[in-house]
Amino acid sequence: MKDKISERISKDPEFVSLVRNKAGLIVPATLFFIVYYFALPVGAGWFPELMQKEVWGKVNVAYLFALSQFFMTWGLAFLYVWAAAGWDRQEHRLLRKFGADPKE
Amino acid sequence: MIAIVDQANTALWMFLAFVAATLVITFFSARQSKGASAYFAAGRRITGWQNGLAIAGDYMSAASFLGIAGMIAMNGYDGFLYSVGFLVAYLTVLFLVAEPLRNTGKYTMADVLAFRLSPKPVRAVASVSTLTVSLFYMIAQMVGAGVLVRQLIPGIPYEAAVIGVGVLMVVYVVFGGMLATTWVQIIKAVLLISGSLFLSYLVLQKFNFRLGEFFASLTAISSTGPSGETVTRNFLHPGLIFKNPWDQISLGMALLFGTAGLPHILIRFYTVPDAKTARVSVVWAMLIIGAFYIMTTFFGFGAASLLGPDYVRVNGGTNMAAPELARLLGGEVFFAFISAVAFATILAVVAGLTIGASTSFAHDFFVNVIHHGRESRPGEEVKVARITAFVVGAASMGVAILLGPSVNVAFLVGLAFAVAASANLPVMLASLFWKRFTTGGAVWGLGTGLVSSIGLILVSPDFMKDPIFPLKNPALLSIPLGLLATWLGTVLSKEQPSEERFVELTVRAQTGLGAEKATDH
Repeated sequence: MKDKISERISKDPEFVSLVRNKAGLIVPATLFFIVYYFALPVGAGWFPELMQKEVWGKVNVAYLFALSQFFMTWGLAFLYVWAAAGWDRQEHRLLRKFGADPKE
Repeated sequence: MIAIVDQANTALWMFLAFVAATLVITFFSARQSKGASAYFAAGRRITGWQNGLAIAGDYMSAASFLGIAGMIAMNGYDGFLYSVGFLVAYLTVLFLVAEPLRNTGKYTMADVLAFRLSPKPVRAVASVSTLTVSLFYMIAQMVGAGVLVRQLIPGIPYEAAVIGVGVLMVVYVVFGGMLATTWVQIIKAVLLISGSLFLSYLVLQKFNFRLGEFFASLTAISSTGPSGETVTRNFLHPGLIFKNPWDQISLGMALLFGTAGLPHILIRFYTVPDAKTARVSVVWAMLIIGAFYIMTTFFGFGAASLLGPDYVRVNGGTNMAAPELARLLGGEVFFAFISAVAFATILAVVAGLTIGASTSFAHDFFVNVIHHGRESRPGEEVKVARITAFVVGAASMGVAILLGPSVNVAFLVGLAFAVAASANLPVMLASLFWKRFTTGGAVWGLGTGLVSSIGLILVSPDFMKDPIFPLKNPALLSIPLGLLATWLGTVLSKEQPSEERFVELTVRAQTGLGAEKATDH
């Protein structure tokens, strides 16, 4: 019985669009944070002159780039939570349509 | 007791107060814990912010608190790179793992794999992988605890400290289950954040709250070089520890992809009512963990500037940089407080590891592999988990005592992350998102990730004078090997994956249809 519901849900356009919406954010965001993160050890290892450049008083590119990673991480996390609120609404509509209580 | 000097007494009393509080919690948790869902998943009634604090408490180990502070104090910027990796890793957890795992599993990571693959082989191998990761990590923590206590509270020998930590973690887990473990982790997170905030505040006060002055003080740190000469270095420059950039990249891969495969972190998502709460809890954890690691700037670099590497080296070594800084800035009472926090930190992490290991053995191996998914007597699963927690505790105490305080165990933590990244994460993601994926792929992926990580460590600079594998962390090679084995194991197997089950898994992972519910009071 449950299997049949899954089968029908999986073919519903709303489900297809939900999965596409999720992937539309998660895939590029994941690629972005991987590239952004590994730029840090690559910079520290192979571009020391650039990283040692002082930008604000004695604070250099290396430290600011490392610090920016924290804000990049928090920024992406909040972007995800904001987008996920929309996915939740879509998910509730979908489950209600198939008679499954989303709250349950 | 009279022989112990006053400052040690303060630390001891503060620590005993923490132990007393956690034992009271364990007592009340034990009265509430009825049934498997209560024992393994705290009844799935932990709220988002509570779980966020508990994840932070589960994750921030003594290695990150004392180890990173010490590394920055001794060599500056490169130590701070660790701080970054430990936080960014949570994006992998948030984007790819937390919600699908909560929706499709029950108590363990293997639940996700067993959903559509042949349950016995995948559970057996996943359980071996979980136990290996947990034991490596735990032994590192136990040896660290023994060494630390000896330094923090003079008069307590290494063996006594290891046994003390071991007995406490077993008591929390055996009697209080997941609920007690959760609250121990929450209290520890609050203590650790408060301690780090105050320590950072005191450092900035020394510089009249002028950030510019603080950073300027880091550009010329003098210390004694290997041949007795005075070396002056800019501690904001990268490259003072890591001479080979590939080491950094390999470690970065282990952190970034391993955190989302650490069994003791994953099981925390089963303690909340639904996937949405799991998501919220990761974000809470990221705020707390991020704030903590940014503060390593102040107490790590602060120790370099205010104490200096030479002072740290002769006053207890790298691990004592943060407590010594607390002593300098806040006196003996604050030193005692930071010491007690460090000990609480270790206890919360080992309790999490113990319940992770025992849950996997009882749920995956005992009930589902040996007893075909059914308990022969009601309550047997929990009973086996309690016995396993006891055995795991005794085993890790024994190994930690046998290894002794002088063995360098830091590589064990890196190894645990590497196994999690090379074995657990690829297989979990393939199971959730790859339609063709088979049992063969899971078994080969987990096995190869596990064996290649351990094998590469054995031929690395930590074990050999002329290493065959030049990097300290195996992830750079072991992750591709794990992925390759997952793929080969799948395409070469004749097994026809069940499409129906995959559709069910996908719908459940994405919508929460049929996910495990919270239990009533």
